[in-house]
Amino acid sequence: MSVALASIARLEKVRKTYQMGSETLDALGGIDLDILEGEYVAIMGPSGCGKSTMLNILGCLDRPSSGHYILGDIDVSKMEDDNLSEVRGEKLGFIFQSYNLIQQLTVIENIEVPLYYQGVAAEISREIAIEMASKVGLGHRLDHKPFELSGGQQQRVGIARALVNDPIVLLADEPTGNLDSRSGAEILDLFDELHEQGKTIIMVTHDDEIGRHSQRVIRLRDGLLESDIRNG
Amino acid sequence: MDSRLLQGRNANPLSPARLRRTVILGFKSLWLHRLRSLLTVLGIVFGVCSVIAMLAVGEGASFEAQEQIRRLGSNNIILRSVKPPESQSNSAEQTYVIEYGLVYDDLERIRGTIPGVTVVVPNRIMRKRIWNATQRADADIIGTVPWFPEMKKLQLAEGRFFSELESDEKENVCVLSASIAPALFPLTNPIGRRIRVESDYYKVIGVIDVESGRPGSSDEGSNLDRVYIPLTTARARFGEVLRKQSSGSFENEKVELHEAVIQVEDQDEVEEIALIIEDILSRNHKKRDFELEVPLELLRSAEETARTFNILLGSIAAISLLVGGIGIMNIMLASVTERTREIGIRRALGAKHRDIITQFLIETVLLSATGGALGVAVGIVIPIAIGSFTEMKTIVTPEGPILAFTISGIVGIIFGIYPAVRAATMDPVEALRHE
Repeated sequence: MSVALASIARLEKVRKTYQMGSETLDALGGIDLDILEGEYVAIMGPSGCGKSTMLNILGCLDRPSSGHYILGDIDVSKMEDDNLSEVRGEKLGFIFQSYNLIQQLTVIENIEVPLYYQGVAAEISREIAIEMASKVGLGHRLDHKPFELSGGQQQRVGIARALVNDPIVLLADEPTGNLDSRSGAEILDLFDELHEQGKTIIMVTHDDEIGRHSQRVIRLRDGLLESDIRNG
Repeated sequence: MDSRLLQGRNANPLSPARLRRTVILGFKSLWLHRLRSLLTVLGIVFGVCSVIAMLAVGEGASFEAQEQIRRLGSNNIILRSVKPPESQSNSAEQTYVIEYGLVYDDLERIRGTIPGVTVVVPNRIMRKRIWNATQRADADIIGTVPWFPEMKKLQLAEGRFFSELESDEKENVCVLSASIAPALFPLTNPIGRRIRVESDYYKVIGVIDVESGRPGSSDEGSNLDRVYIPLTTARARFGEVLRKQSSGSFENEKVELHEAVIQVEDQDEVEEIALIIEDILSRNHKKRDFELEVPLELLRSAEETARTFNILLGSIAAISLLVGGIGIMNIMLASVTERTREIGIRRALGAKHRDIITQFLIETVLLSATGGALGVAVGIVIPIAIGSFTEMKTIVTPEGPILAFTISGIVGIIFGIYPAVRAATMDPVEALRHE
């Protein structure tokens, strides 16, 4: 790989504090981190180490209490709520542990949701969504409702939905946490494939085995970086 | 970035294409909880249909009342002789002639002094026994003028009313009311026959039509036994003094005119002229032995009553709509809580505040508009059913359904705002964590 890779998500002295009554809790205690384009990063650590908080900030669902977060080339750390929504819709793709599909919508409609909020015309949105569904191997299940699918299939819908807006960063929160080992392995293979296609992936997990799939492992402890190791 | 994503984008949630999809989505979400949605909608259905039904019943009732008064003639002023109370106490003890009431001079004075008074109809009313050979009946003899039917909007079933000539000549002719004709002439056509009152015979020249005087509609109702004769004839045959038997003693009354109808040319002047007439009459009738009735005033007060009635019914119905709205809000709040996670997902995937607000507001409006439409349908059927199963008259005016539907829509928006805003202001992180 080339040396001059662009930074795609950069945290600068990011702190996140919560007020619990009179006590102030540091969820993140000043983190500096640079994630490069095309990297496959695993964020690991014991529960309560701040990895969810970090993922929320990286995913623009939450703002840092102080410090900066530069996503692509814009500083999103002080953005208004609705602007953050726009950033999420245009630049990010989310994959959740419990899939988080909308139950009353069909597979294809679920995949289309991010495009719907961007106001992409219905025909184009349908066309792209069908492409994504075939890409994750669900081309034949377009009109099924989520409850008619297995866990592995639901997570595939989740991945297709995360890809539909062609995001610059894919954020995954324990994507195999609810799956049996076989489906989990299939999902991880899909991530490897996406990585090979050049997608930037940030995945939160506590499973070392899964961590080995990634290219870089970041460990957190008590809201601070413990280690940052690039595999091979 | 996929270049297709940038083609013809329109992220305004209120653009027609987006709105259509949001409405379809709203229907899907409501359909997911069919029973709950139906029960919620019922509140609005009942509210709307009660608004329409109540307005229809109120409208029908006031129409009836106004129709009755209109038959009395809105251009008319009706004068009646009344026995003054002090003379009544005297009469019980001894027999002498009580003189009271309107006199012919009163009418001359009215006709002479007030411009704009076109027709004056004086009436004398006397209770008599009427004979046709051995058939007999008790009836009011009305001494009146030839233009009486025109004034009272009466039509003749047969024959004709008496003419001015017959009136001038004091001829013994009469017109029978619809109910007395068959009583006196059960088998034959009364026209051309003669009836006897006291010692005089009168030729029947006409019979009043039943339809023209509906029961209770006016004092010319078909259920009243009446015989109309020329006023001139009445004065000549019966004199001015009436003899009445009451509780063992005889009572002699001298009343020139029992009733007079004064028609005013311009309806706007009716009330003003009524005041002038009252003034003129009061000068000559110190005992206040007359009364004055202005159908137009009755009409006005009936309209006033109807309006009050409608406001009352309307507010009761509006309260039921309000209750329906609260029901909707309650369900929408529950729905927002229940769908917290869905809201979180949508927010994470790029939904802005206004997208979430639009989504929930549209669901609420769909609920209330569906309820409104059903309510309008039921609300139109109910008054028709009431009308056909009971005597009550109902009128569905277009305002009723339009008003009710509009209110239900407004209720939907007002009661939808709070749940929608609550949904939109949820923290996406919290919402995603919600189980």
